[in-house]
Amino acid sequence: MRPRSVNSALLPGERRRWPARAVLGLGVLLLALSFLVASARGSYVISPLQLWAVLMDALGGAAQPSPEHLVFMNIRLPRLLMGMAAGAALGLSGALMQGLFRNPLADPGLIGVSSGAALAAGTTIVLGSLWFPEMPRTLGSWTLVLTAFTGSLVVTLLVYALSQQDGATRVGLMLLAGIAINALAGAGLGFLTFLATDEQLRNIQFWLLGSLGGARWSAVVLVFSIVAVAVAAGLTLAKPLNAIALGEAQAALLGVPVENVKRFAVLVTALAVGAVTATTGIIGFIGLMAPHCVRLVAGPDHRVVLPGSALLGAALVLAADSVARTIVQPAELPLGVLTAFVGVPFFLLLLRHFRSRL
Amino acid sequence: MNARQFTGFADGLLEAIGVGVEVPGKTLLRDASACFMAGQVTAILGPNGAGKSTLLSLLTGQRAPANGMVRLAGQPLAAHTPGDLARVRACVAQETQVAFDFTVQEVVELGRYPHRRHPSPQESGIVLQAMQATAVDHLAQRALNTLSGGEKARVHLARALAQVWEPVWRKAFFPPGRPKEKTDPSGGREPHEVGERGGSISRWLLLDEPTAALDLQHQHRMLQLVRDWAVGQGVGVVAVLHDLNLALRYSDRCVVLRDGQVVASGASDQVLTPACIEEVWGVRAHAAPAGEGTQRRPQYVFEPGEGDSRGFAGD
Repeated sequence: MRPRSVNSALLPGERRRWPARAVLGLGVLLLALSFLVASARGSYVISPLQLWAVLMDALGGAAQPSPEHLVFMNIRLPRLLMGMAAGAALGLSGALMQGLFRNPLADPGLIGVSSGAALAAGTTIVLGSLWFPEMPRTLGSWTLVLTAFTGSLVVTLLVYALSQQDGATRVGLMLLAGIAINALAGAGLGFLTFLATDEQLRNIQFWLLGSLGGARWSAVVLVFSIVAVAVAAGLTLAKPLNAIALGEAQAALLGVPVENVKRFAVLVTALAVGAVTATTGIIGFIGLMAPHCVRLVAGPDHRVVLPGSALLGAALVLAADSVARTIVQPAELPLGVLTAFVGVPFFLLLLRHFRSRL
Repeated sequence: MNARQFTGFADGLLEAIGVGVEVPGKTLLRDASACFMAGQVTAILGPNGAGKSTLLSLLTGQRAPANGMVRLAGQPLAAHTPGDLARVRACVAQETQVAFDFTVQEVVELGRYPHRRHPSPQESGIVLQAMQATAVDHLAQRALNTLSGGEKARVHLARALAQVWEPVWRKAFFPPGRPKEKTDPSGGREPHEVGERGGSISRWLLLDEPTAALDLQHQHRMLQLVRDWAVGQGVGVVAVLHDLNLALRYSDRCVVLRDGQVVASGASDQVLTPACIEEVWGVRAHAAPAGEGTQRRPQYVFEPGEGDSRGFAGD
């Protein structure tokens, strides 16, 4: 369908793209692979054969569940599903924000969206239990998601308003606003540690570092469905985001309802990041790495970048979580620490690459 | 000129009627009226800061006038949906920064965005032909941001051409049930009058200094190209230009602005007299000897006038 250039050799400045199907197929493959590895590894090792048995048990309804079955169904599976939801949400949100800001450095963690959600969630936990001690737990997890959503929404709008000037993104301002909000969230969560009980203290710590350890079925079902809706909604924005790469003014002249697209993208991002952060804490840099890797092989077309980033984000989080669970056994490394170790060098490389445009 | 007199064949018209634009502390345009016709090239001319780009931004609908109105096909611009407008008029800005590593071909494909719900049977052929028209097809797989300014300008023109490549039929533009149609459908001066589909809606190319980054050869090729589109396809071309000789050679009509006001408009060779040029730009124009291929249009050699150095200090 696409006319290719006559020469098969690439000239300087030419770009070779992998076909969309190959990229998305590879994404599914990577996700399946990391899901398999993550199912097996952990402080309780489940071999592929045992995994098969567990699967048969689950389908057939065995009378006497094996220990593998109990570990897998009650602890590991919800954790893996939460990891997939978190990775897909962060990968997609990163791609959406980068498309919206027209800049590859936008990331929910870097510009403070995750921190905003974490601060809101932390405040809810500590002050909520002070002021509404009678609140039932199920209502609590909904409230948590809702406040985290509000926190990330406020931050996204704030950073966007701050960094836009004459229809262009001032990247410096965007990153500085992110620094300010990250600092504020750090201070806010630090302040909450004074008010917190011991158990809450652990929770707050967990928001700062990010972990899938707290994944329970009730939360997983809620977060997984929110993220599924957010991904489905986000994917509809692919074509408008492509046009927005020309700038908002030019996109509007192509008939793109720019304001609606912006609002929708911000809402989807806030929803996905809010829901995930409320239950897993801040997992940084996934939203930076996943879209960039997809763009590297597939080009910037959002019809590939958006689903590809969701798939790769999910795979990355699952892979990182299997490492986090096993690298310092029997203890567990916080996931956010691990993604930061990988993500920060990546971010610095990107900075170096884009420094002329900052 | 009173644009209202043309409402009889308003289909082929893009009109600015008494438009004014103000920003805090400054009037950018005051009571400006101008009328642009399909099938013609109209140049918007004037010194720096005269309001040329402001007028163009009103015509594209990017800016709403504080007073007055802009009409397309006899209807106020706001009465058309952005999606409908995008199918019949394409714009090229002075400079367009494209984010990410989009290739030339991908950027030109974006011109087809407004047609995504009613794709043409020749969809991918259009993109290739548009690239060929502006001689960027050999750059198709290059990343846009690695190209020179002039090459980028040609890519964006190709994108605009792709956007308005095919006629949009009246029935598709004014679907039944939408209370838009008021004008007499038979009164248009459309070159593509087809009864069953109600004829085509006039298409527009709005260009802001399209030749600014181009070398001499491509300046002429680009303007000849859009002129061919105007004459051959009945597309209305509106271009902000600085080079009066280019305007004389390639535009049918021109609108001359100064200090936010229309000071002259009409047939280019009649409006752009030495007297007008000296009054508006403060330079003296001498008719150049007619060379080969200058057709009947005058060309000028310019010489600085007397009153023009006061704006520059130190001389």
